[in-house]
Amino acid sequence: MAGRRRTAVAPAVLALGAVSLITDVSSEMVTAVLPLYLVSGLGLSPLGFGVLDGVYNGFSALVRLVGGHLADRGGGRHKWVAGFGYALSAVCKPLLLVAHALTPIGLILAVDRTGKGLRTAPRDALISLSSTAESRGRAFGVHRAMDTAGALLGPLVAFGILRATVDGYDAVFTVSFCVAALGVLVLVLFVPGGRRGGTAPEVPAAKPTLRSAVGLLRGRALRRISVCALLLGLATVSDSFVYLLLQHRLGVPDRWFALLPLGTAGAFLLLAMPLGRLADRVGRWTVFLGGHGALLLAYALLLTSWHGTALPYLVLALHGTFYAATDGVLMAAASEGVPAALRSSGLALVQTGQAAARFACSLLFGAAWTVWGDRSALAGAAVVLAACAAFSLTLRPKGPVTA
Amino acid sequence: MTVRTRVLILASAVAVLAAVGLASVLHASARADRRNHTQAGGPRVAPGTVTLTEHGRMVFRNMAWGPHRDELTTVPASDPSGPRTASGVKCLRFYAASGTGVCLQAVHGPVSDTYRALILDAHLRTRARYAVPGIPSRARVSPSGHFAAWTAFVGGDSYAGTNFSTRAAIVDVRTGRLIPTLEQFRIIKDGRPYRAADVNFWGVTFAADDRTFYATLATKGQTYLVRGDLRTSTLTTLRPNVECPSLSPDGTRIAFKKRVQGLPKDAPWRLYVLDLRTLRETPTAEPRSIDDQAVWKDTHTLVYSLPGDYGADLYEIPSDGTGAPRRISTAALSPAFVD
Repeated sequence: MAGRRRTAVAPAVLALGAVSLITDVSSEMVTAVLPLYLVSGLGLSPLGFGVLDGVYNGFSALVRLVGGHLADRGGGRHKWVAGFGYALSAVCKPLLLVAHALTPIGLILAVDRTGKGLRTAPRDALISLSSTAESRGRAFGVHRAMDTAGALLGPLVAFGILRATVDGYDAVFTVSFCVAALGVLVLVLFVPGGRRGGTAPEVPAAKPTLRSAVGLLRGRALRRISVCALLLGLATVSDSFVYLLLQHRLGVPDRWFALLPLGTAGAFLLLAMPLGRLADRVGRWTVFLGGHGALLLAYALLLTSWHGTALPYLVLALHGTFYAATDGVLMAAASEGVPAALRSSGLALVQTGQAAARFACSLLFGAAWTVWGDRSALAGAAVVLAACAAFSLTLRPKGPVTA
Repeated sequence: MTVRTRVLILASAVAVLAAVGLASVLHASARADRRNHTQAGGPRVAPGTVTLTEHGRMVFRNMAWGPHRDELTTVPASDPSGPRTASGVKCLRFYAASGTGVCLQAVHGPVSDTYRALILDAHLRTRARYAVPGIPSRARVSPSGHFAAWTAFVGGDSYAGTNFSTRAAIVDVRTGRLIPTLEQFRIIKDGRPYRAADVNFWGVTFAADDRTFYATLATKGQTYLVRGDLRTSTLTTLRPNVECPSLSPDGTRIAFKKRVQGLPKDAPWRLYVLDLRTLRETPTAEPRSIDDQAVWKDTHTLVYSLPGDYGADLYEIPSDGTGAPRRISTAALSPAFVD
């Protein structure tokens, strides 16, 4: 912006953004071709595959906490725990070449996601520790934008390979592995290690033990943000339901259905950085709650009887805005209440609470859909969301929170 | 380590990884040439005229390597392993009855493939086209030739990755009226109206009355046989654990795949036959797991596919639980017995 001097984004943040971008290209390549591979390549019925998802969600939350804790131990091993997570996901890709039945493929995907669970908190802690308190929102915004760009590129690469080959799933998996290996290498070479990476001063009082990690919740700031993330998560309907509702309410043709997530991702990509900067300026709480306002507006649009052609675009734009205003911003906000020595554990706690709440919301929403129908279920979610947002507003810290 | 060393390491790694990636892509694209060569000892395929009204023929997707790979081909039903006549029409899935065919095919787009359903007349000319929202799975035509149905796998959410749903569509080929998804029908489950976000349908099979059909409904991890009514747009659950039903030509029995307890999770099915009058289930003598919607060759013989060296092979077995499976055709899929 004119007249306002910007400090550069820390090189460590850019390096982590590059690692996430590269890794997301790799993982979304596999995700994009997996249904086709199972059905056309292996002749398997993928139905019932999703059952594993539910069971795995719980385990994944646990892994995230473990990753966060391990990263804090020994005075900050964030880089190496995150690196292990990235490497674990990378070695899963060539294994897909030799697995030809649903059970082993399911196991490989579970290990892949274990790697993702392990690395998330240490990576966010590194971003948080490498940036100053005043620019943290922007740092997370830059990272999330790069991450999402990778997720959008991955399917394009995968389909390009399938186009150039005949049943080239083996080539997709091989290239995906090469890309993932590159991501690990960029991390090892260009991301500074935990010890010397942090610009934030170490707080010697907080020893990174399990007890002190749990004790973080006794701190008012983190407890407040955890409670809010949890409550708002309880009213955050999962993406697949949003797309399903969009299709039910607006009659989005089936062939466009697979493209709906692209709308969300596109808005997320474009807005992650501007909203991160906005969060630095006007306060992270304001932007975080504003994001939920966007989600509430999306619910409201889905509930109206207006069926204009612009509606799906609006809903997806609002959905993407919600992610851009909440995903990285929450991490930036949570960072304020956590001492540097426990940064990874603290962020993992907040993320896990939010993920668990969203999972509970999925179960409740599915049940409500069965009993009351889709519209009433959504109306219920909207009411809960409005109530939780109003409650969070009362909890929000008074005065400016950006240092 | 200096920045220069690190950049140097990265550059050499990029070169090596790019070479590996490129080699794998080249290897996979060379496959095109191999598949266009006729395999030694494979079935003989020659181009010719294929119609859907020639008595006593089996029309199916030829999977044998060579120039006619994936084309609809025909053989005498009495000699299914004999020389094949290829039509030039490529389909992933196919079915036909009373001179109407349904062909589910891929359309190569600039980024990824899309799919469509073609309604074919007796001379395989396209009468209508419909977009199919995902990877085609099952195809059926009613005995009258008036209705066609197909099922597709739809990957809903690209971030979930492992979440799949199915869409089953039915079209009246006389009027072109399309039911894009059976989710529009009212569901009566155990005598009461039922709705849920996770409802999926697949494997439609039609009765001869142009009104009744059967299909699989899945919800909350359980599958059901449902009877559908095209006039009232309702679906009624009949019994649990029935997938990919296939109604016998006399309308009295349904062949289906049943999830049997104690089998491995990735090969859980056995081929069964349900008598609709007595509701008695009879297992067929096929000991392997079957993942197909079987086809009735006549009132007492079932034909189904199993994975083979070139994609899939066709087998037949008596429907009354006797006999043993017999391979009737290699490198073949989606058979229809026309007359």
